[in-house]
Amino acid sequence: MSNNKEDLEKNQDNDSGRREFIRLGVLAAGLTIAGGGLQKVFSSEPSVSGEKINVLTPDGKVVSVDASHMKAAESCCAAPSSEARQGIPGKKYVMVIDLSRCKDAMKCQKACQKHHLLPSQDKYLKVYKMQDSPEASPYWMPKPCLHCDKPPCVKVCPVDATFKRSDGLVLIDNERCIGCRFCMAACPYSTRTFNWDEPIQPENYMDMEYSPESSTPRKKGTVEKCDFCPDMLKQGKLPHCVSACPNGVYYFGDANEDTVCNGDETVRFRQLLKDKAGYRYLEGLGTEPSVYYLPAVNRLFPFEERSSNPS
Amino acid sequence: MKDLIKPENETEAIQMLHRYNEDVLPQKFGKAGKTWVGILLVIIAFGVYNYIQQIRFGLSVTGLSDTVSWGIYISNFVFFVAVSLVGSLITAVLYLLNVKWRAPLTRISEVIAVSAIMFAGLIIIVDMGRPDRVLNMFMYGRIQSPIVWDVIVVMTYMTISFLLLYFPLLPSIAYCRDFMKNIPKWQHKMYSILSLGWKNRPAQYKVVEKAITILSVMIIPVALSIHTVTSWLFATTYRPGWDSTNFGAYFVAGAFMVGAAAVIAAMFLLRKFYVRFDEYFTDKHFDRMGRLLVLLSFIYLYFTVNEYFIPGYKMKGEEAAHLRELFTGIYAPMFWSVQILGMIVPIIVLLFKKGRKPFPIFIMSVLVIIGAWFKRYLIVIPTMLHPFLPLQQVAESAKHYSPTMAEWSITSASLAGALLLITLFVRYFPIISIWELAEERDIPHHTIYEHLNDE
Repeated sequence: MSNNKEDLEKNQDNDSGRREFIRLGVLAAGLTIAGGGLQKVFSSEPSVSGEKINVLTPDGKVVSVDASHMKAAESCCAAPSSEARQGIPGKKYVMVIDLSRCKDAMKCQKACQKHHLLPSQDKYLKVYKMQDSPEASPYWMPKPCLHCDKPPCVKVCPVDATFKRSDGLVLIDNERCIGCRFCMAACPYSTRTFNWDEPIQPENYMDMEYSPESSTPRKKGTVEKCDFCPDMLKQGKLPHCVSACPNGVYYFGDANEDTVCNGDETVRFRQLLKDKAGYRYLEGLGTEPSVYYLPAVNRLFPFEERSSNPS
Repeated sequence: MKDLIKPENETEAIQMLHRYNEDVLPQKFGKAGKTWVGILLVIIAFGVYNYIQQIRFGLSVTGLSDTVSWGIYISNFVFFVAVSLVGSLITAVLYLLNVKWRAPLTRISEVIAVSAIMFAGLIIIVDMGRPDRVLNMFMYGRIQSPIVWDVIVVMTYMTISFLLLYFPLLPSIAYCRDFMKNIPKWQHKMYSILSLGWKNRPAQYKVVEKAITILSVMIIPVALSIHTVTSWLFATTYRPGWDSTNFGAYFVAGAFMVGAAAVIAAMFLLRKFYVRFDEYFTDKHFDRMGRLLVLLSFIYLYFTVNEYFIPGYKMKGEEAAHLRELFTGIYAPMFWSVQILGMIVPIIVLLFKKGRKPFPIFIMSVLVIIGAWFKRYLIVIPTMLHPFLPLQQVAESAKHYSPTMAEWSITSASLAGALLLITLFVRYFPIISIWELAEERDIPHHTIYEHLNDE
C-alpha cells in the first residue's frame, strides 16, 4: 500500500485489469473442471496441441482455445510456509467497513470465492442481515475475518498452525493444522470453515507449492478462513473484496500510515473512525479486531430484502 | 462382604485365603459371555469399517458442519473422561478416607478407569481432521493451548491409573501363575511375564503398598485436572453456554456421579455372571455405593442449578436463545429427560433403603449412565448452534446437527471397545483383589506361600 493516493489508484487500475484477465481464466477452468476454478492465462507458446478447450469470456461468449495456450498463473507473491509467518515489515493492516454504503451487492463475496477457489458452501466472507433491535431498521453487514489483535483462535491452537503476524494478519498453515477445530469453537465470529472432504480444485493447483499467504492449494481435513489476501498486499494491491466492491464499502490500509483506501478515495484512518463513529463488532469480548465498522446511518441505499440466496 | 474375621490361627487363615483366591479366579466364558463378546466384536468391526471410510472420505461422513464443528465424538470423549474419574474416587479418595468396604471395588473401578481413559484418547484422534499429523502435537505443541494441557493431564492420568491397576494386580497374577491349573500354555506364560517374578515376600507387599499410597495421593489432583481441563476446552471460549466459570466443578461433580454409577452397574453384572461374587459384592456394598451416589448426585444437582437457573434468571442476550432451546425448544425433551430420569429420579429412589437393593440401584445406575452420555451431548451441541452471529448464508444442513450412521457406529464402537477391554480383563484376571481385602484386616497374604512351602 502506498500513502500516495495516485499510486493507490494506479494500483487499483492495474488490479482491475488483472482481475479481468484472471476472471477469464477462472471461467475457463470452471468449464473444464466441475465445481472448481482455475487461474489460467494465455501464454505466447506457439505450439498447438490440437486439443480444444471452451472458454467463457467475461461478456458471455464461448471461445474455443487450444489447450497449449492455457497455462497456470504462477502465484508471484505468496511465500512458502517457512516465510509466511513473517509479516510485511512496518505494516499494520486494518479494514474499515462502512455499513451505510452496503446494499448487499455481494460482489465482494463473489470475488473472494473466485480468488480462493471456494465452492459455494465455504465462504470466507459473508454479508449478514443484521437488526440491532426490533424497532431499528435492518442493515447489511459484511464480515470477513476480523484479524483480531488478541485472536482467540490463535490462543487455543495446539500446534501453532494458526498464527498472528507482525502486520496484523491472522493466517493458517494448512500443512501443520491437525484438524481439531478448536479454533472454530473459539472464534466468536463464525469466521472459520473446515474442509470436511477433499477440496475440489484444479489439478495443477495441487502441484503448486502450498502457501499460507494464498491459502492454496487447499488441504483436506484442515481449517480455512479469510486471509486478507496477503499475496495482493505484497504487490501493493487491495484485497479482492475491497477492489470488487462497487459501492466503496470497504476501506483497507495501514494503521501505521494512518491511511485507508476504498478504491475511490484514500482517507486518514483515525479521522474516518472519529468522523463516522467507528466501532468494532463485539468490542466487549476484548479480542481487539483489526476490522472496524462505521454505523449504518444516512444510508446510500434503502434496505431491500435479498431476493434469493446469491450464492 | 465376606466377613474376614481374624482367623483363630495361621492355618485357618491360610485356608481361608486360599479359598477366597480360588473364588475369584478368572473363569472361561459361558454361553452368555461368548455372545456378549461376539456382539461387542461386531459393533467394533462395523465401527472400524466406518472409521476407514472416514479416513478415505474425510469428516464429511459425519453430520458435522462449520456451524456444529464438534459433535458426538467430542461429547463421547467428555463422557469417557468423566467415567474414568471413578478410578480415583474409589481407589484414592475412599482409600485415603480409610473406608473399609472399598477393597473389593478397587480393581473393577480401576479397570473401568483405565479402559475409559484409553478410549477417551482414541476417540479424540478419531475426531481429528488430520489424524496423520497427530505427532505435530509433540513437535509443535503450544503450552498456551488447553488441548495441550488436556493431552498432558490425560496421559499422566492414564499412566497413574495403569500403575494403580497394575501394582495391586501383581500378587493376584502371581497367584494365577502358581495355582491356576488346566490353562493353556500361553496363558500361563502371560501370567509369568506379567507377574514380574513376584515372590510373595512381605517386603514386596510393603513396596506395593507404599506405591499405592503414593499413587493414591498423586492421582487426586491429576483426576481433578483431567476433567477440569476437559471442561476448559469449552469454558475458554466465548460461546454462550460454554462461557461459564462454573464448568470445572460442574464437570468434576458430574464425572464422580457417572463413575460411581458405572461401578455399581459393573458390580451388579459381575454378581450376575459369577455366582460366588455375591459374597464379595454384598448388598451392603450396593447400599453404601447407593448412598455415595445420592451424595454425588446432590452435588451435581447443586452445580446444575448454578449452571442453568442463574443464567436462566437473567436471560442475558446471547445466552437466552441457547437456554430457551434447552428449556422449551427442540432440545427440551432431551434436556428434561436427562435432568429428571438421569438425576432427580435416581436421587429420590436411592434415598430409600429399598431403593438401594441391588436391582433397583442397578436400574438407577443405568439411568444415570445413559443420562450422563446425553448430558454431554447437551453440553456440546446446542451451544454450537447458537453463535453470536446469526446463521445466515449457510447450507440448510448446517443449521442443525444430527449424527450420521457412521458417527453413531464409530461412537458405539468406542463404547463397545471399552466394554470389551473390561470384559477381557475379567476373563483373564481376578477382578477382586483378595490380598488387599486381607491386608486391610491385618491378615498377611504372603502366608499362603509359606504354607505351600511347608507342604
